[in-house]
Amino acid sequence: MLGKLSWAAIPFSQPIPLVAAAVVGAGLLAVIGWVVIKGYLPYLWKEWITSVDHKRVGIMYMILAMAMLVRGFIDAIMMRTHQAMAMGEHQGYLPPEHYDQIFSAHGTIMIFFGAMPLVIGLMNFVLPLQLGVRDVAFPTLNSTSFWLTATGALLCNVSLVIGEFARTGWLPYAPLSETTYSPGVGVDYYLWAIQISGVGTLMSGVNLVTTILKMRAPGMGYFRMPMFCWTALGSNMLIVAAFPILTATLAMLTLDRYLGFHFFTNDAGGNPMMFMNLIWSWGHPEVYILILPAFGIFSEVFSTFSGKPLFGYRSMVLATLFIVVVSFTVWLHHFFTMGAGGDVNAAFGIATSVIAVGTGVKVYNWLFTMYGGRIRFDTPMLWALGFMVTFVIGGMTGVLLAVPPADFLLHNSMFLVAHFHNVIIGGVVFGAFAGYTYWFPKAFGFRLDERWGKIAFWFTITGFVIVFGAFYVLGLEGMTRRLQRVPNLEWSGGVLVSAAGVGVMILGVAAQIMQLVVSIRNREALRDETGDPWDGRSLEWSTSSPPPPFNFAVLPDVHGQEVYWSIKQRAIEAQRMGETPQYETIHMPRNSPTGFITAFFATLIGFALIWHIWWLAGLGFVGAYATFVAFAWRDKEEYEIPAEEVARIDRARRDARQAWLARQGQPA
Amino acid sequence: MTAVAAALLLAACGHGVLDPAGTVAAQERTILFNSLAIMLAIVVPTIIATLVFAWWFRASNDKAVYRPEFTYSGRIELVVWSIPLLTIMFLGGLTWVGSHQLDPAKPIASRTPPLEVQVVSLDWKWLFIYPAQGIATVNRLVVPAGVPVHFSLTSASVMNTFFVPQLGSQIYTMNAMRSQLWLQADRPGVFYGQSGHFSGDGFPDMNFAVQAVPPALFNGWAAARRGAGPVLDARGYAALAKQSQRVSAYSYRAVQPGLFDAIVMQKLPPAPGPQVGRGGPHTSPGDAT
Repeated sequence: MLGKLSWAAIPFSQPIPLVAAAVVGAGLLAVIGWVVIKGYLPYLWKEWITSVDHKRVGIMYMILAMAMLVRGFIDAIMMRTHQAMAMGEHQGYLPPEHYDQIFSAHGTIMIFFGAMPLVIGLMNFVLPLQLGVRDVAFPTLNSTSFWLTATGALLCNVSLVIGEFARTGWLPYAPLSETTYSPGVGVDYYLWAIQISGVGTLMSGVNLVTTILKMRAPGMGYFRMPMFCWTALGSNMLIVAAFPILTATLAMLTLDRYLGFHFFTNDAGGNPMMFMNLIWSWGHPEVYILILPAFGIFSEVFSTFSGKPLFGYRSMVLATLFIVVVSFTVWLHHFFTMGAGGDVNAAFGIATSVIAVGTGVKVYNWLFTMYGGRIRFDTPMLWALGFMVTFVIGGMTGVLLAVPPADFLLHNSMFLVAHFHNVIIGGVVFGAFAGYTYWFPKAFGFRLDERWGKIAFWFTITGFVIVFGAFYVLGLEGMTRRLQRVPNLEWSGGVLVSAAGVGVMILGVAAQIMQLVVSIRNREALRDETGDPWDGRSLEWSTSSPPPPFNFAVLPDVHGQEVYWSIKQRAIEAQRMGETPQYETIHMPRNSPTGFITAFFATLIGFALIWHIWWLAGLGFVGAYATFVAFAWRDKEEYEIPAEEVARIDRARRDARQAWLARQGQPA
Repeated sequence: MTAVAAALLLAACGHGVLDPAGTVAAQERTILFNSLAIMLAIVVPTIIATLVFAWWFRASNDKAVYRPEFTYSGRIELVVWSIPLLTIMFLGGLTWVGSHQLDPAKPIASRTPPLEVQVVSLDWKWLFIYPAQGIATVNRLVVPAGVPVHFSLTSASVMNTFFVPQLGSQIYTMNAMRSQLWLQADRPGVFYGQSGHFSGDGFPDMNFAVQAVPPALFNGWAAARRGAGPVLDARGYAALAKQSQRVSAYSYRAVQPGLFDAIVMQKLPPAPGPQVGRGGPHTSPGDAT
């Protein structure tokens, strides 16, 4: 009846996961209880859970991402403190089977459920606003994508209390991940969590590519799009091209594990090397899927806070597309030490360094965007500068690892761990934090507190430099990664320093949370009246904060780049706004519970397949399919917003702008 | 910046990859330093320029000229594409030459005939077979200093890498496959060896001591090993291949000929992995039923 599931699956003998799960469970119950008692449930259901509004979906992606970042960060704290306590003959506080789950979960959660939802959430929120349209191409699909991602995150976290998570690292290399060497349910949790959320990511990629290619405001040619739209286009094209590889690879491993196939096994003709090849031919483009949107955010931030258009726009577009193409030709650098021979290693090493040309061009263009600017050091700009300074070092160590003879010394060492954290935290996470502070006022109508934002920045970057500086040194000292016990005492200094650095990063995270709390309390003082808090240049700043459901009362008519900047300058010069437009009735897509219900059934499917509860898996499939059919048969797709209502909402925006304009006209 | 880098390098000198004891490691360190120097030549000025531009063009600086129209310059674009491109071409040449010179499978030129060592990674210990000497050791590798060593490597189960940081190149060990590696210790000493690829719960035990001894002493050591210890045959190997942790170093007085090839050709089956319920009932709950 319940497959492999029994009471033995609950780790009663291990206090750490049990207590952690109890705390999280109690917290969740408290939140749900509060929502129900206060009567917010209908609001939550109607306005958020079933919402197909790209802004709400984007915000939910961000909330999921932030929660998962905290979970992954707790894993990181445990790893650092454990290693500091497990040197020589000391055992630390985590047994191997637990420690191995933690570093596997840390990587999986940070990449798939932290970084990915961060960038997808920001793209979801920002793209339609920057393109001057009212929603993404497929709004209900968008909501489904989000809920499937949430399903994956949920399954990952359920493994904390029911069963175990993978003990194989964040990429389950065969043959370690085959049933012979990993008989437990850990790898199965990994497989189904990633497969289900991967479907969501793929659909999200299709959705956003379609949105950018087919749904731009009148006159918004490709070379008039803000840089963020370009990098998002690159990133989503990579998703569409690369995620099927991941799905296929994991499907093959699933067949090995469930039906006794031999794709990647040691015996019967299986080839474990092929797993590494396939997983990295997804895995390397994945790195650029994450970093390209961050590059876009930095482009917006450098331009806005320097008070200048982006320098070398076309060059930046070219560099982005260059990276998109080359990112598919470098995967072998993840295993130079397999012994492929001089020709192959050299070819992939050179291809890898060539990617750095595209990134280098971007760095110089940001540099010259600042040149001749009037730079304001608001929090987003601090993150951007912190990125520039640290990322060039991360890029340099990356190119160093791309030189095969150097990689023979540094492969899989703490130096490598330092490198990819250097670029992923310094690039993707700093980028997401810059984007979060930058677009927060657009999403919620008030700014984030600057003082706490700056405190968060300084603690985070200080801790980050200490932790990963120590890692670089440890790697040069020969220390390898994923050690549950540090057998070589020569490394103890570096391990202790990195643990101290994590302490500083904790302060950064605390300050970030504090910033949100303080800002919500002071929201009236931080209110963004005009919708343009940063003196912005692209279309998202032309609408109010938060934007109405339809984003723009009248779709903007785009002439040239930085259309909003030119409209603003004209208005300031003429001391008046454009004519009141002719408002028309707007049709918007109706909210739909399809995504949520599908994800509910997908959760059942995933959980049932992990535990071999076949009837439940069948039920889940039938339910998910029935939901899809019910959605396909819907009668009413859209609801109307009458022209008078549109006019009323837009009048408020115009009044606020007019008042702002009058203030501009007054002599200083 | 330079001072910080120098301090970091100094701190890392003790017994890591920056303290080579062999010709391969020394050449690889040279390539590492050269690549680093080439890149620092553009990275350091870029960091400085970032900080200087950001500071000079701050909004409150009245002396800085505001040039909002400065958004394109063909000459600057030419330069910003050329600098990384030229650097990468330079580095690419170094990569090409280095990858061939230091290919792990490329023999080390020497007048001394090489020593053959066959390496098998097991869960979780290392087996070193000396076919010419007819002996084998576990978790301890003894090599003559100044003599090239040709390693043939495979794995009994999952992947590992064989890595002695002070001697140079690491390489994967893979079941049903044979990889090759040439290393040479230039001076006698004891070096730390390890696996650089996670291989399961016993992974922290995947380390071993490498002892480089004067060539004259090596033969004496091998002869002494022939005098004591068990014999490694197919049955002994099957017992050894079972998962175990914290295995102390020991040696075999004799090895069944062709054992290594039998492992590579899977005439001896891959290691069995964990027994059901290993590590207590709760660590692999799926095994319980």
